[in-house]
Amino acid sequence: MFSLEGITTNVQDWLFMKFNPTLALAIECVIVILLAISLFAILGLVLVLMERKVAAHIQIRLGPNRVGPGGMFQTVADTLKLIMKEGLVPDMADKFLFNLAPFVVMMVGMLLLAPIAFAKNFQIWDINIGVLYISSVSSLSVIGILMAGWASNNKYSLLGAMRSGAQIVSYELSAGFAVLTIVVLTGSLQLSEIVNAQQNGWWIFKGHIPAVIAFVLYIIAVTAETNRAPFDLAEAESELTAGFHTEYSGMRFALFFLAEYINIFIVCAIGATLFFGGWMPLHIGNWEAFNHIMDYIPSSVWFMGKTFFLIFLIMWFRWTFPRLRVDQLLNLEWKYLLPISLFNLLLVAVIAILGWHF
Amino acid sequence: MYNQTEIIKDTSELGAEGELVINMGPQHPATHGVLHLVVTLNGETIKKIEPHLGYIHRSIEKMCESLTYRQFIYVTSRMDYLSSHINNLGCALLVEKGMAIEVPDRAKYVRVILSELTRIASHELWLGAMAMDLGAFTPFFYAFREREMITDIMEDTCGARLTMNYIVPGGLMYDIHPDFQKKVKAFITQFKSKVNEYEDLVTNNVIFQSRTKGVGILSAEDAISYGCTGPVARASGVSCDIRKIYPYEVYDKVEFDEVLETAGDSFARYMVRVKEMNQSIRIIEQLIDNIPEGDFVGKTKNVLKLPKGEFYTRVETARGELGVFVVSEGGTTPHRIKFRSPGFSNLSVLNHIAAGSKIGDLMASMGTLDLVIPDIDR
Repeated sequence: MFSLEGITTNVQDWLFMKFNPTLALAIECVIVILLAISLFAILGLVLVLMERKVAAHIQIRLGPNRVGPGGMFQTVADTLKLIMKEGLVPDMADKFLFNLAPFVVMMVGMLLLAPIAFAKNFQIWDINIGVLYISSVSSLSVIGILMAGWASNNKYSLLGAMRSGAQIVSYELSAGFAVLTIVVLTGSLQLSEIVNAQQNGWWIFKGHIPAVIAFVLYIIAVTAETNRAPFDLAEAESELTAGFHTEYSGMRFALFFLAEYINIFIVCAIGATLFFGGWMPLHIGNWEAFNHIMDYIPSSVWFMGKTFFLIFLIMWFRWTFPRLRVDQLLNLEWKYLLPISLFNLLLVAVIAILGWHF
Repeated sequence: MYNQTEIIKDTSELGAEGELVINMGPQHPATHGVLHLVVTLNGETIKKIEPHLGYIHRSIEKMCESLTYRQFIYVTSRMDYLSSHINNLGCALLVEKGMAIEVPDRAKYVRVILSELTRIASHELWLGAMAMDLGAFTPFFYAFREREMITDIMEDTCGARLTMNYIVPGGLMYDIHPDFQKKVKAFITQFKSKVNEYEDLVTNNVIFQSRTKGVGILSAEDAISYGCTGPVARASGVSCDIRKIYPYEVYDKVEFDEVLETAGDSFARYMVRVKEMNQSIRIIEQLIDNIPEGDFVGKTKNVLKLPKGEFYTRVETARGELGVFVVSEGGTTPHRIKFRSPGFSNLSVLNHIAAGSKIGDLMASMGTLDLVIPDIDR
């Protein structure tokens, strides 16, 4: 069976054979960083194209279809244009913070990439507090957005940033509780353990209705956390023109744009890991033949398939729903989602203690 | 030279502590044109809205005064460009009434059918644009799918898709296209089969309802005192449909209902326009098979001269009552002309209905007022 494990082990063995351990580790770090950056670039290109094609399909039109076969290189052309464009800094802006903000947002995305298991035994950093690490680091992205809104010296940007701050801080709670339900069921914070616990079935099937509720809460909360429609109040182009990145152009804008898609990828990857078993193939009870066939599909394909399904779901939301108002957004979180998720966590705890899950 | 105590700049009205003044427009995605709103905010809450006009003022009224009674009709296409046919009709009606020109029945029927098609096209565009103001992009494309069929019909009939210029005093510029009836019927079938998609996508959407219900409430008294007309007033329960009250052309021969809602909020204004599209379809259905044969234009003199006096006609455009007022000295051109445009009065309620609400509500209120800026500025 095809696996990435062989490649990584060979590279590791070869490096440790040739160099002393410290140098080998350093070289490994560089390789991983390069891989992460190239993954970022590729993901950005693919996801932007995917968004445009999904939107076009929903909106009964064709979408990009001129550059390359089926418009495949449209995003490459767009990126080239953005790189060559002048990156204008407003006169009265706080230049240091203005330049720093896009990188803060990007950096958060990069940090979040570390504990994700892309395939069987293919993980950058299998930290034992993986879930905790993710929820703490993902809340840092609000700093970048607030920085951008404040430094732009634009009233629209400021309003967008303040909205974003209120929104991300609120919805983190629901996302956190939804993640905790799976932690309670598994009994571990380590992502590889969570994946392994789903060998005989994914949590969304094993965890009865509470797991389904947790999944729905998670999807709503992360849609809000990534500032996607119907929760795109931080951008809200019909109200605040472009919200916190109104003043950004050129490559700095491209970084914000890229960070949005990277964040979607990461939250969907985490969602797939927690609720859909990550790289685990679909196994149904004791259908031996079926399970065996499923095992032949590479684990990376399983992981990417699930992640892209969730990404599609989030894109589907964006092109269907109108935007919420700012007070409705906060009401939804504090009056509905948070009590439901608290109660749901309690229910899951009871299920886990009594051992009712499969 | 200068008096020492002269106030060069009065800063006392610059705003209290905690107030944020933002300029929405003249370049802003939600104002749909060059409307400039000076919005005073307290956090997210709107304290005051001050519309500034004049960015697209082309002095159409003054231009009309130097054009003959045959020519001035076509400048009005550029006022409310979404109901250009109805604007033309209002002006033509004034000239015909003033000079007692007989209009053949065929022309009257076609004028009404095209007016109602224009109304549907305008409401379709409004539907898409308003949904876009609220953050939903997709309804825009669905609305434009049907609107495209109407603009195609217009293109066949008079060669233009937006500024029709199809009406001459006494009738129509030329006869309808041979395919006209077939295409209009195809449009009616298409519209009826697709209208439930708007219901699914917009009307029954929980977020859409929560964004519009109870937002921007305009009472019937305020609607009358601000001079609101059209769907904006009818959503507050004010009966003001010119087609019913002062029927022109063949509106007295067709059956249709004046759509009235009582809530007066943004959702009511939305519902009025959606239901009005169905009523327009009803009118077209009654007329399309009965277009009489005969001339499409009546006999007129070569040079039109309106007798000395003052003349006024009104028509129901997609946005409300359009009044055309002409003072004639008996010459070939109007001495003075004044348009009472529906958009101007409807814009004037914006501060009244949106002050005290959130920025997001302003988009719902402004979107359902259905503002066309060239109509306000002229």
